[in-house]
Amino acid sequence: MNIRYEETQGRSLGFYALIAGLGVFILAALGAVLYMEHYGHYVTGMSNRIVWGMPHVFALFLIVAASGALNVASIASVFQKKLYKPLSRLSGLVALALLAGGLMVLVLDLGRPDRLIVAMTEYNFKSIFAWNIILYNGFFVIVAVYLWMMFERRMNKFTSKAGLAAFSWRLILTTGTGSIFGFLVARQAYDAVIMAPMFIIMSFAFGLAFFILILMASYKWTERPLGDAVVNRLGSLLGVFVAAVMYFVAVKHLGNLYLAENAGVENFILFDGGIYTQLFWYGQIILGGLIPMALIYHPALRGNRSTLGLASILILIGGVIQLYIIIVGGQAYPMEMFPGKEILEGYGGIAAYTPSLPEIMLGIGGIAVSLIAVTLLVKFLPFLPESLADEVADPHHKS
Amino acid sequence: MSKTLNRRDFIKTSSATTVGVATIASGITLTSFAVNANENPVTKDKRWGMLVDTNKLTEVEIDGMVSACQQENGWGSEVHSTGDQKPTWVKKLKVQDKATGKITSLPLMCQHCEEPPCVDVCPTNASMKREDGIVLVDKHLCIGCRYCMMACPYDARSFVHEELTDQREHMPRGKGTVESCTLCVHKVDNGESPACVASVNSDAVIFGDLYDPKSNINQTLKKVQSAQIRADLDLNTGVRYSGI
Repeated sequence: MNIRYEETQGRSLGFYALIAGLGVFILAALGAVLYMEHYGHYVTGMSNRIVWGMPHVFALFLIVAASGALNVASIASVFQKKLYKPLSRLSGLVALALLAGGLMVLVLDLGRPDRLIVAMTEYNFKSIFAWNIILYNGFFVIVAVYLWMMFERRMNKFTSKAGLAAFSWRLILTTGTGSIFGFLVARQAYDAVIMAPMFIIMSFAFGLAFFILILMASYKWTERPLGDAVVNRLGSLLGVFVAAVMYFVAVKHLGNLYLAENAGVENFILFDGGIYTQLFWYGQIILGGLIPMALIYHPALRGNRSTLGLASILILIGGVIQLYIIIVGGQAYPMEMFPGKEILEGYGGIAAYTPSLPEIMLGIGGIAVSLIAVTLLVKFLPFLPESLADEVADPHHKS
Repeated sequence: MSKTLNRRDFIKTSSATTVGVATIASGITLTSFAVNANENPVTKDKRWGMLVDTNKLTEVEIDGMVSACQQENGWGSEVHSTGDQKPTWVKKLKVQDKATGKITSLPLMCQHCEEPPCVDVCPTNASMKREDGIVLVDKHLCIGCRYCMMACPYDARSFVHEELTDQREHMPRGKGTVESCTLCVHKVDNGESPACVASVNSDAVIFGDLYDPKSNINQTLKKVQSAQIRADLDLNTGVRYSGI
């Protein structure tokens, strides 16, 4: 059956309330940026020991999720799964929106965001960061072209090629994001090649969780039919991704425990790191992993959209917590500067970090930017099929 | 007879003048640069380094080195930054051997690596290494991303967390950018020693050209046992320590 795409009306009170609500968060974020840039970073919780704080947690979370959100489109055009095809446009849009939100946070947390032009014109090709700037810009271009192929009927025949290009690019992109940490030889918490594939699988889970929430909310709020075939399939896939993330987390930590050099930082995260240990077990593992899997796979809850929505939200919260542990926890633990010696004075100890309100507001502002971009663009361009009822969307539907 | 200036003439005259002025001006500029460069060429033939003998250096002397650096480069009087937010170009470290319990004090600053991780990770080439081995931050290119601070194995870099006043003329610094020990490059280029080295009145800290076989540092390093911090990373630091 032919899929018809249609803009959302965007005239309801709910629509304006959503825009206004998100707008408040964005204004708060911009206010926070002005405050931090005017006074300097001393008003934040960051320091010379914790140089990347809450803004980086949100920025990398959104950037990682962005590349994952594109997966739904990739499954359709690269792996030729018909069920996912009507979702492709939204998938591309969510990917671009999340990336835009993440990059906004990343740039606005720079010491000199006014020098963005320097970052765009001066490249050190040995720097993973510089490569990431190219990868992020390229992602915008490639996904935009990909969307154009999908939107323009005459170009439809190139969709699968563009899809393959976008899929390859997003794998490289997340490898690059993970490698930001993987190549930091001096820090025991990071120096591991497994960071790159782990970031890819994290992106699968976070991106899909965002996608499911946006899909369910937009269909509910625009009163369009959304059948169980689509929702249940996405739900099962989400469960697999969460399990895969937990597998990578287990391998990373067990592998690190084996190396005496890294035993200290592993003990810190897993057993005696205070807030970081609590966040790891209660936040990342139980709240962000085990509970969502139970919500998705428990037979009594199968096909239940409220619990799927809850699972998606928990996965996202768990994702922010996971990045907090990686980024802040990894810095809080001191570097092993003198193997075989203990540093009594001058350096060492666990670095203190308390996220300040402006940092948190900036991070949340990034999410708000992503969501407002999606909300507005589905109003102006036909991203959403007017119906995703089973008889429309499910290629195997029997009436 | 008066001749009115037509457009072609105007273009001719003004282009000729511009070219002429530009040629002369660039000639003057080039000459003046060349004079400076000839006086003190920065080349690969030199590799500036420092040797710290922790057996000879007292704690008081290390504190003196820190104050001398503050005095020379103007850091340390920040008013708002607290705790770990304060810039630290050089600091006193006390380490204890886990087996023997021997305590050693040493000054820790940028180690001026031959393969500096901060330079590798810097997206904009703001972190850079001069031909003579001095690792610096170009304050005009630094966007304040702090990736170099993540990469540095020596916790040697600081981010300026607040607006600064009363800066030293020879050492411009800036809110929102990263800074670290410059090996007092402004003094070294004038043939002087870094301020911290000059503050120590003994041979506990030696500064000089590691490559020059006639230099004190080269000759001493050939005689005494010395170590690099985190030598396992193979960064070939310019700052060496003996007695650790």
